[in-house]
Amino acid sequence: MATDVAMATEVLIANHSLPRLGQPAPVFEAETTHGMLRLDDFRGSWLVLFSHPADFTPVCTTEFIAFAELAPELKKRGVELCGLSIDSTFSHIAWVRNIERNFGVKIPFPVIADLNKEVATLYGMLMPGESKTATSRCLFVIDPNGILRAMIYYPLSTGRNTQEVLRLIDALQATDKHGIATPANWKPGDKVIVPPPATTDDAEARMQAGYETKDWYFSKKAV
Amino acid sequence: MACVNARGEISESARQILIALLEGAPLSQVAVHTGLPLYRIRSAMRELGAAGLAVETAEGWKTTETGRNAIQGALARA
Repeated sequence: MATDVAMATEVLIANHSLPRLGQPAPVFEAETTHGMLRLDDFRGSWLVLFSHPADFTPVCTTEFIAFAELAPELKKRGVELCGLSIDSTFSHIAWVRNIERNFGVKIPFPVIADLNKEVATLYGMLMPGESKTATSRCLFVIDPNGILRAMIYYPLSTGRNTQEVLRLIDALQATDKHGIATPANWKPGDKVIVPPPATTDDAEARMQAGYETKDWYFSKKAV
Repeated sequence: MACVNARGEISESARQILIALLEGAPLSQVAVHTGLPLYRIRSAMRELGAAGLAVETAEGWKTTETGRNAIQGALARA
């Protein structure tokens, strides 16, 4: 019976597609180090939901410290953090206390104890080619309306760059605020991309619009 | 958030939330008042509601008579 359940879970994980950008993020209710939380509890805030392979592992420890250090900057931008792994709440509690004792860093965000892999499966965090029991390093940016806006997937072996997460949040928020796009390696203060014109008349007008224009489809402006 | 312990006593954060709700403050203000993130307030309201310490009305969440007694009990223990 237990084998049947395990096989059924494996089939579900293998067949479950990843969530889609621009669609509502999968709804969940989960046990966390801050009590039972639902996705809906975060409405009105941006949410960075991220998974790590396992508690008490070195790369994950460096990531948790980095995310904790990033938390004040995220808070200024109205962003909450929430971690996840397939470990128990007791393991999470012991690990965050261990991090505080050994590294002097307090983990301010909740961590989901996803022992039944429910949230991990909903968000496509399990990559059977890497591990059948540990979540990969997945990160989801969910906007205040609950829409999935960005996803980053890293393998078990590679710790994430939290400054890139901050840059991504800044870019998404700039897009929402100004109706623009952001070029490669953009950072706050750099010029942004004006969306290309959709008609020949607009293209003609664009050349006279006063933007920094290379050609009708390529204009930048300061925001 | 473990608003109520095994002895039926409310936690300090639960006490602060219930006090803020005495005057019917919206949850966003309760978050400011308690210094807790709004997601934790929302989660706590489910727990406080299930324990009968707060109730959701058309005007928002309010502390119940049981909640008022729990505040008094917490003050007496302090």
